[in-house]
Amino acid sequence: MSGSKDVAVLGVGMHPWGKWGRPFVEYGVHAARAALADSGVDWRDVDLVVGGETVRNGYGGYVAGATFAQALGWNGARVATSYAACATGAQALDTARARILAGMCEVALVVGADTTPQGFLAPNAGERWDDPDWLRFRLLGMTNPAYFALYARRRMDLYGATPEDFARVKVKNARHGLENPHARYRKEVTVEDVLTSAVVSDPLHLLDICATSDGAAAVVLTSTDYARRRGVSSPVRINAISTVTPTFPNTVLDMPNLSTDSSLVAGAPERTFKESIGQAAYEEAGIDPADVDLAEVYDLSTALELDWMEDLQLCKRGEAEALLRAGETAIGGRIPVNPSGGLACFGEAVPAQALAQVCEVAWQLRGQAGGRQVESARVGITANQGLFGHGSSVLLSI
Amino acid sequence: MAATGTPAVDGWFTTGPQPALLGSRCTTCGTVFFPRAAGFCRNPACAGEEFEETELSRRGTVWSYTDAQYQPPPPYVPRTDPYEPFALAAVELPEGLVVLGQVADGYGVADLRVGAEVELVVETLYADEAGERTTWRWKPVAEMGEEADQ
Repeated sequence: MSGSKDVAVLGVGMHPWGKWGRPFVEYGVHAARAALADSGVDWRDVDLVVGGETVRNGYGGYVAGATFAQALGWNGARVATSYAACATGAQALDTARARILAGMCEVALVVGADTTPQGFLAPNAGERWDDPDWLRFRLLGMTNPAYFALYARRRMDLYGATPEDFARVKVKNARHGLENPHARYRKEVTVEDVLTSAVVSDPLHLLDICATSDGAAAVVLTSTDYARRRGVSSPVRINAISTVTPTFPNTVLDMPNLSTDSSLVAGAPERTFKESIGQAAYEEAGIDPADVDLAEVYDLSTALELDWMEDLQLCKRGEAEALLRAGETAIGGRIPVNPSGGLACFGEAVPAQALAQVCEVAWQLRGQAGGRQVESARVGITANQGLFGHGSSVLLSI
Repeated sequence: MAATGTPAVDGWFTTGPQPALLGSRCTTCGTVFFPRAAGFCRNPACAGEEFEETELSRRGTVWSYTDAQYQPPPPYVPRTDPYEPFALAAVELPEGLVVLGQVADGYGVADLRVGAEVELVVETLYADEAGERTTWRWKPVAEMGEEADQ
């Protein structure tokens, strides 16, 4: 598949996910060098660097693009930095794509890296009575897993999902991750392991919820002309990057909000926010959901993976459990979901995660995913959603 | 029973025997917001800049629910030591919006289901040097025949 708005993924690279406790710059440079080596492009030929920002690491994290550029050795490239919560990496990628398609650069290096704290993600210190991310803890004690649990419970009460179904998602992803050298958790998990782990927020157990991790991912993005000149005639292409915001009224309760918009006057929009994220990618690419061979979705919780399958139109609303139980979302099934092992095996490294999803799809489409390869994969989609109206979906094909 | 003490947050809810959440209604398009809005109406089709305070319905239906089995991190203020888990509910109101809240004392996830009716009450959230701090909570409405005195 090809289109005039395509760009080429010439190289991808990652630093393994873990809890390494080292500076995020180190991971970012490791991933960047791996992506450059994968692409065969000399760092000095890169004319744009885009960094995915991390908000917990002080000055260097807030100006990530320049931080990575300096660490790689100043080469005079233009620079940009993105922050879009969980969609940070995709927004950084979209910035690079836009400049390439506008003819303002040819070779971009996009890097995201993070070093995370232990435990629940908590808001910044200080009293902030106008910040919903602070108020939700003070007034409600509403943690991230509690939001994930609300979505999980709706699946149970509306579609008949069970805690065993959620556990099956973990079992599947754990099996996928066994074959991924970049995954943090590479261990088989049983349904019983999940169900006997502590309940964090009913109905979700500890093993239903993803951890936070250190990690880094990088992509070398170029014009298709540049790729051709380098002798790469059929590179993995990015056909679409969706970074749409919600449409008012946003009627699904979103982290970290205490309420939704009211639909009484304006009427509910045709699609929910998460549905619109994928739809915008399909429309931009001119690709039908039925053509998708694999999906990398944001399984912050096991149950969220099931929501995403429906949001991305990989099955009808309420039917994700049936596909899961039939093994259709495992590698070898009709529509493998999270062949990388997903967040279940990685844990979340916010500014790197959306790029990690793109790296995995690129390896899959090139047939380089080793023991976790999805046979004959031609089209892959990624999806995620984060705080404050951010979300993204990237469609890739070969 | 209404709690004594002062609200943990100013101007978000009324106290007294029939407590209610306080939202804003755009005087131009009529859209209701909670927490209260100020400045500009967030309906993209509306240019309104004026709002009037409005009490939201005290009853709604459960959109979803969960609990917090581990103590949330600060700025959450634990009420007891050792920590006691509490339930949370997201409730759909007739005004067309969903509002999160803790669930009333004495109720847990077993007392809730999606679509069930709940009612707003005001109870103690925590106590500090200034005394008890109150908040809004969602209390399951007993179904017919569940309570002997109904």
